[in-house]
Amino acid sequence: MSKTKSASQSDEQVLRPETPGDLRDIVAAAVSQEAPLVVEGSGSKRGLGRPVQAARTLSLAGMTGVTLYEPEELVLSARTGTPLAVIERLLDDNNQRLEFEPMDYGPLHGLEPGQGTLGGVIACNLAGPRRLKQGAARDHILGVHAVSGRAEMFKSGGRVVKNVTGYDLSKGLTGSYGTLAVLTDVTIKVLPKTETETTLVLRGLDDDAAAGAMAAAMGSSAEASGAAHLPAYVAGRVADGALGKDAATLIRLEGFGPSVKARAAYLGAALAKVAPLETLEAEASRAVWRDVRDVRPFVDGTTKPVWRLSVMPTRGHEIVMSLRMQTGIDAYYDWQGGLVWMRLEGEPDAALVRETIARFGGGHATLVRASDSVRTATEVFQPQPGPLAALSRRLKEQFDPMGVLNPGKMG
Amino acid sequence: MSVMMPKPSQAILDRRAAIVTALRAIVPGEGVVDAANEMRVFESDGLTAYRQMPLVVVLPETVDQVARVLKYCHAEEIPVVPRGSGTSLSGGALPLEDGVLLVLSKFNRILEIDYDNRCAVVQPGVTNLGITKAVEGQGFYYAPDPSSQIACSIGGNVAENSGGVHCLKYGLTANNVIGVELVTIEGEVMRLGGKHLDSEGYDLLGLMTGSEGLLGVVTEVTVRILQSPETARAVLLGFPTSEQAGECVAAIIAKGIIPGGMEMMDRLAINAAEDFVHAGYPRDVEALLIVELDGPGAEVDHLLVEVEAIAKANGAVTAKVSQSEEERTAFWAGRKAAFPAVGRISPDYYCMDGTIPRKQLPRVLAGMKALSEKYDLRVANVFHAGDGNLHPLILYDANKEGELYRAEEFGNDILRLCVEVGGVLTGEHGVGVEKRDLMPEMFSEDDLKHQQRVKCAFDDKHLLNPGKMFPVLHRCAELGRMHVHKGQVAFPDLPRF
Repeated sequence: MSKTKSASQSDEQVLRPETPGDLRDIVAAAVSQEAPLVVEGSGSKRGLGRPVQAARTLSLAGMTGVTLYEPEELVLSARTGTPLAVIERLLDDNNQRLEFEPMDYGPLHGLEPGQGTLGGVIACNLAGPRRLKQGAARDHILGVHAVSGRAEMFKSGGRVVKNVTGYDLSKGLTGSYGTLAVLTDVTIKVLPKTETETTLVLRGLDDDAAAGAMAAAMGSSAEASGAAHLPAYVAGRVADGALGKDAATLIRLEGFGPSVKARAAYLGAALAKVAPLETLEAEASRAVWRDVRDVRPFVDGTTKPVWRLSVMPTRGHEIVMSLRMQTGIDAYYDWQGGLVWMRLEGEPDAALVRETIARFGGGHATLVRASDSVRTATEVFQPQPGPLAALSRRLKEQFDPMGVLNPGKMG
Repeated sequence: MSVMMPKPSQAILDRRAAIVTALRAIVPGEGVVDAANEMRVFESDGLTAYRQMPLVVVLPETVDQVARVLKYCHAEEIPVVPRGSGTSLSGGALPLEDGVLLVLSKFNRILEIDYDNRCAVVQPGVTNLGITKAVEGQGFYYAPDPSSQIACSIGGNVAENSGGVHCLKYGLTANNVIGVELVTIEGEVMRLGGKHLDSEGYDLLGLMTGSEGLLGVVTEVTVRILQSPETARAVLLGFPTSEQAGECVAAIIAKGIIPGGMEMMDRLAINAAEDFVHAGYPRDVEALLIVELDGPGAEVDHLLVEVEAIAKANGAVTAKVSQSEEERTAFWAGRKAAFPAVGRISPDYYCMDGTIPRKQLPRVLAGMKALSEKYDLRVANVFHAGDGNLHPLILYDANKEGELYRAEEFGNDILRLCVEVGGVLTGEHGVGVEKRDLMPEMFSEDDLKHQQRVKCAFDDKHLLNPGKMFPVLHRCAELGRMHVHKGQVAFPDLPRF
């Protein structure tokens, strides 16, 4: 185990265990000293969630390595500190990928891309445009090993896809931002890369018409694996301006060559009646979706508040339209409109955002970028109704009764 | 019955009349059933070797009634066993002598179908197939398809995280449910998720799915519906050995092909099915694969050629592609009738449900053969080959002294073997009472304690479905203790991995 002082935050002690046993001892010490820990992988997502008040940081950066990879079994296990980039390269070499297309918050937070760890992806339940069809990290996690806030090691799940042996704690820990337990090892399902992709681009639609076109495309048998709408200002800010400035509604088709060709022809013929249609092939398509995924249009070197809304797909644009009456907003839509990325000009009025969502079919909002002081003063995650909040609190108390793991991160 | 259930509370049994009266005040009329002859139909679920009459049966019709029943039982400390259609194969809905059986079958309405957001909001008593029937007119379907789909309820599917033959490509129940309304044992009604894709806060929806009725009672479910594939065709592939069939499965996946379904049957199962439904299966092979490809016509045609080539390269001796929808259905009819077909060649059979890493199939099949000789019982195998989920069917005769016990021991040994090769005790049937006492084969004491801590967050009095899933019930107060001694957390000598 190495203990080092972080250069950037000199008053903070960073503990960097190299084995699950060391990690457990660190948590045990934190419990007995009642000294909470910031839990992180590489620290690339520090800007996400509420700032944690803790003198010491438990870094997983020293716990790295792929422990099992069997491409023909579609399964991979690794220590949670393993850089995501390492995993993605390994999979790519074997013509496979993470089907849930985890996004990268780095650029939005002013960091270099590609800094995250596998553990961070799971802890934050990341996903990308393919979420719409193939799910998020929580849909691909098969098993975990972890150390709870009780300083006890435990495992859940396994390495096979079909498994209902006991509660699905692996899902329960996915997206818990390190507040219930520290993941030490995870096993995930991986899938073959698709042979090729084509994106159909409808030009010049307003938000409302785009919502209709996306619903029609997703409701067809074309098996689209992405549906996004970039209004005029936003469209110019992906893939180095390759799309030009007109509003762009994107429908992605992936698969084997002959299949993609047939589906593009069929869906393209239907959509061409709605608006002028362009197509993006292979790498050009990938470049656009990568930027949609990573919120590139709002990578602007500022800390202007950026919200992430998870809502009913057909109501996303109505929420934005309603909010526009109150405040200056730039927004675009992924997941057929069910994921809204929204940058506000002024201070975030969290209550207003959430009331508006409630009026348009429900969902929730997360403040994914703002200065530390704003995130300290704002409910970053959606507050839950009383009984549900009490249940979440009881779960936290069961797993971390002394509150040593990322206290306040989600609350 | 070889599994011990929690000792019934004499105090509750003594209060039965008062409890029935109190429940009648909440659920009027025929919604409370207490006559022995009327309760008889509820004494067992799909695992018929286990039977127990409940204290009383309650069939509520509204969420408010569910909440009041649970609140009453919580206050009076009466156990509650939730039940959907009662098709569990692991005894998940086995009643308790001192417990209320809460039957959700009157919650049978489809509340909303939203094609633009591709989801349906349904009550938990709606059958799995009922959802597909409601949306198929518009070209949609609900993907998870457990073989009991004509009878099993969607509420039960959530409780068991049910699978089916299409899981490899389309996921389990957990991947296809986006929201639930649930009632806690304290009678609180809450919603998890909705029509949006990500639920906020902790993934309580993920914890609820597959929790076997131990965490809460689901009163509404929002499921994703999918556009039906443009076309589907199946190919039958026969192999001289199960190893070759297994290698063919691996090679198909290695090529980047994820079939809609990929099933394997062994010789005993093939012949039993062929005798029963005349599906056109080859009888002289050791292993049969049914590979179904679905999607756009262009894709299916393209992939069929690839799959046939892969099969030939892996030693397939027969390859037959369905030429019509009738023929495709016939191919599946044999597989779907495999259980009753085996029922025709043996007075009784016991269906197992382990999952293994696919490459371990030859080892597990060889192990099963040895166990078959040891226990002197035959075993037929059907196998969700794509995802490694085995369904060995152990053939026995309950009327012969000791055969049921031998069948159960045989089954337990098969599951131990599954765990030994890196697999799990249950792929889709659930732990229930059936595999409860095998949990320590897979999980350490600390693993199980952390699972029970989830239970404690939801139901700290252990009133919901006690006696299922966990071999030992630790009191939540005892689980909650933290031992801090001289500045150190006391932990026993845990293995470091």
